[in-house]
Amino acid sequence: MRIRIAGARVLGGQAQDIEIADGRLAEPGSAGRPDLTVDADGLIALPGLVDMHVHLREPGREDAETVETGSRAAARGGFTAVLAMANTQPTADTAGVVEQVWRLGRESGWTQVQPIGAVTAGLEGTRLAELGAMARSAAGVRIFSDDGHCVSDPLLMRRALEYVKGFDGMIAQHAQEPRLTEGAQMNEGVVSAELGLPGWPAAAEEAIIARDVLLAQHVGARLHICHVSTAGSVEIIRWAKSRGARITAEVTPHHLILTDDLVRSYDPVYKVNPPLRTAEDAAALRQAVLDGTIDVIATDHAPHPAEHKCCEWTAAAMGMVGMETALAVVRLAMREEEGFGWDQVARLMSRNPARIAGLPGQGHGFEPGAHANIVLVDPGAPHTIDPADSASLGRNNPFAGTEVDTAVHSTFLYGHPVVLDGELQAPHPASKEDTWPL
Amino acid sequence: MRQRTVLDEHEITRAVTRIAHEILEHNKGPQDLVLLGIPTRGVPLARRLAERIAGIEPGVDAEELTGSLDITMYRDDLRRSGRRKVHATSIPAAGIDDKTVVLVDDVLFSGRSIRAALDALAALGRPRAVRLAVLVDRGHRQYPIRADHVGKNLPTAASERVDVRLRETDAADGFTGDEVLITGGEE
Amino acid sequence: MALTSLLSASDLDRRTAVELLDLAEEMATVAGREVKKLPALRGRTVVNLFFEDSTRTRISFEAAAKRLSADVINFAAKGSSVSKGESLQDTAQTLAAMGVDGVVVRHPGSGAPHRLAQAGWLEAPIINAGDGTHEHPTQALLDAFTLRRVLHGEPASGAAGTGADGKDLAGATVMIVGDVLHSRVARSNVRTLHTLGASVVLVAPATLLPWGVESWPCQVRYDLDEAIAEFAPDAVMMLRIQLERMHQAFFPNAREYTRLWGLSAARLHALPADAWVMHPGPMNRGVEISAAAADSPRALVLDQVANGVAVRMATLYHLLTGEDSH
Ligand SMILES: [Zn+2]
Repeated sequence: MRIRIAGARVLGGQAQDIEIADGRLAEPGSAGRPDLTVDADGLIALPGLVDMHVHLREPGREDAETVETGSRAAARGGFTAVLAMANTQPTADTAGVVEQVWRLGRESGWTQVQPIGAVTAGLEGTRLAELGAMARSAAGVRIFSDDGHCVSDPLLMRRALEYVKGFDGMIAQHAQEPRLTEGAQMNEGVVSAELGLPGWPAAAEEAIIARDVLLAQHVGARLHICHVSTAGSVEIIRWAKSRGARITAEVTPHHLILTDDLVRSYDPVYKVNPPLRTAEDAAALRQAVLDGTIDVIATDHAPHPAEHKCCEWTAAAMGMVGMETALAVVRLAMREEEGFGWDQVARLMSRNPARIAGLPGQGHGFEPGAHANIVLVDPGAPHTIDPADSASLGRNNPFAGTEVDTAVHSTFLYGHPVVLDGELQAPHPASKEDTWPL
Repeated sequence: MRQRTVLDEHEITRAVTRIAHEILEHNKGPQDLVLLGIPTRGVPLARRLAERIAGIEPGVDAEELTGSLDITMYRDDLRRSGRRKVHATSIPAAGIDDKTVVLVDDVLFSGRSIRAALDALAALGRPRAVRLAVLVDRGHRQYPIRADHVGKNLPTAASERVDVRLRETDAADGFTGDEVLITGGEE
Repeated sequence: MALTSLLSASDLDRRTAVELLDLAEEMATVAGREVKKLPALRGRTVVNLFFEDSTRTRISFEAAAKRLSADVINFAAKGSSVSKGESLQDTAQTLAAMGVDGVVVRHPGSGAPHRLAQAGWLEAPIINAGDGTHEHPTQALLDAFTLRRVLHGEPASGAAGTGADGKDLAGATVMIVGDVLHSRVARSNVRTLHTLGASVVLVAPATLLPWGVESWPCQVRYDLDEAIAEFAPDAVMMLRIQLERMHQAFFPNAREYTRLWGLSAARLHALPADAWVMHPGPMNRGVEISAAAADSPRALVLDQVANGVAVRMATLYHLLTGEDSH
């Protein structure tokens, strides 16, 4: 298929034409007569976004999300690759389960689904999962995480960090000291004291991060910190990076802008783990995004069926959906921050996560020959976020009613238009023919 | 809006005095008499009546004669009219059982307040007889209720408003003396 | 302020709180009447929705509603609504379909009454009868009512028919001692007492005080003996301590807790002679309160229970009789 994208501002720069032929970027003018021309006047072209942290719920909780529905949501959010967390039922802790997720992603064809494997069997934190088998499986797992749970046993964490070095793997830690957060319902602070909800102290995240950066440096392993949420965590990561530790860190869009004041409503749509923190924490996270302390913005997209949110706060599930609104929310969150342009969006939401996750077809530049994973963004499309307008099965979007001005216009997955003018088109034909370009 | 005074301070004092005499005459003296004012303005009127009675009958203590009877909880329009302020109910130490209770109110109109007052009274005890004294009867009754003692019968239009102003309850800006006013109605 | 539900003590400004206490004084007189019943809520239905056992509180609300002639439905839904397979939303919508006029909610989870009141599932006024470790506003009102009576005499409301507001608690110092962290009574009391002008002092081991307690409108001390000497309180309110807490390292054991934070006979003696002793019940005699204190003539524990009905009558009347007309 030949496509011409006419007049897109690449990374926010001058308008230029982009040509795609057979799934890759082509020299302008070389592609001949296009099958499809997209008028990109006023639109920004970015490398396809890569979400390092999503929960697709399949297998096991297909009432909450499936690989198919999650992939559609990803495409609508401009993501050409997502990394699916391992806390499914059964847990993605064997080659069989990760291959199942990987295959479901291929068959869906809306985005590249790359499974993350569990660190410990059944996420129980007691013995290692079959890390080597998952790495050598067709899914080619490189990132391992017990996300939802912390690998809290320090010896097990050390062993995991060391073991995955053998196949260039990496541990992504959900940093939450379990004893300090027993029964925790929200950030521990002035608001939790008032609301009488058990607190989740910042120190419970920071203590694990401090321990793990020391361990990672000691054994010379790579470590990725999921959803950093506190100012103190930023300080520790900054310090560890200055010492040369091989660590990377991610933040969610919601932690950049929402704060624990919202919990005063007791509306479970604001219940998430790690919890919404204070305005000072959010400001420190935005600064860390700007100065490179944080490498990645990832959504932690966590859909839940309505009955898990239409109840009292203490009984509600934790998590928020986020893929379809991530880009708009990130721009809203960072609108006051000087120096946060389209290149920073590409760095934090595409290039860095692609590099960290080891996805060679993703996070590329716009030079001819690169895989054509591209998103076109309309930066001047004011609209109100409506959770019902979603391809995800989840409606638990804390940004319902929020006014934003950024919308995903089109998404090209390996040269195929999966979204045009905001509408889902057709999945990548490879999903039918098993000719995935990678 | 047209407004006119129908009773002035002097006329109100005369009416209270006359009613005091009527009550004593009917009761054949002050014995076993209890005057219960219905808040807000029935309360000072009951007190004035008691003081007048004490002035006529030596040995009577006005304090021991009077009380107040709040009827808010017994109204039948609680849901419709919105929340009303609840006033205190205070009953003379001797109680109301087997007494002649004179309910005192400022204006008798539909009769609904008096119906509520009778209910409220029944919850407090069992008087031998209940009588009703009002400063003004303006007509338009919706219940089979009549006053035993009336300061002034005042034919009014339903659209008119009758206001009683008393020193004890209304002595704010522009108060010049006790009076009964009619506002509105046809020219 | 127009009060549509009573979810938290912070819903009450001074004027509304005093109005409720004054109203409760009138309600209290009903108990002494020939007919112990007012027709004010005749034809209305009040639901006691209890997701957590509390016979004392339920009976108090039930008596209050019945004295106002309301019909009462007791709906015991113990345990989490989700584990029962019925969401809070379903429960609320069921009650709405039944056409109830007021809902009294007791729930083990903080914020459940807020959720019921604010999610738009039903329009009836909600009264929080204790939610998790959050609040218990009618308990705070009955404590304030009890205190006002002993400090200012009975009845402490304004003179009959004058429309004057009754007194508040300005000038009083109240000390709340014990497990503030897990106490909905303490949270509501700090706020209500502050609203009514009293000074509040919290005394507890730091483990049993919430993080951020410095932001509350009160003073905080760790040492009970020093605090008694420093503040010479008009009343001490002893909170119930759950002994299971020692297994979570909130304090070493019951003996040490009692020695340091219990109201012993000696501490009772150290209090000003006219200080009052309060406890929301049920008491752990010999733990947070000695028999000498619990049975002393200064103890108000039974007054607190008795006053609960009048305060809840006032609350129900206030919330269920339509919009504020002034
Ligand atoms: Zn996580």
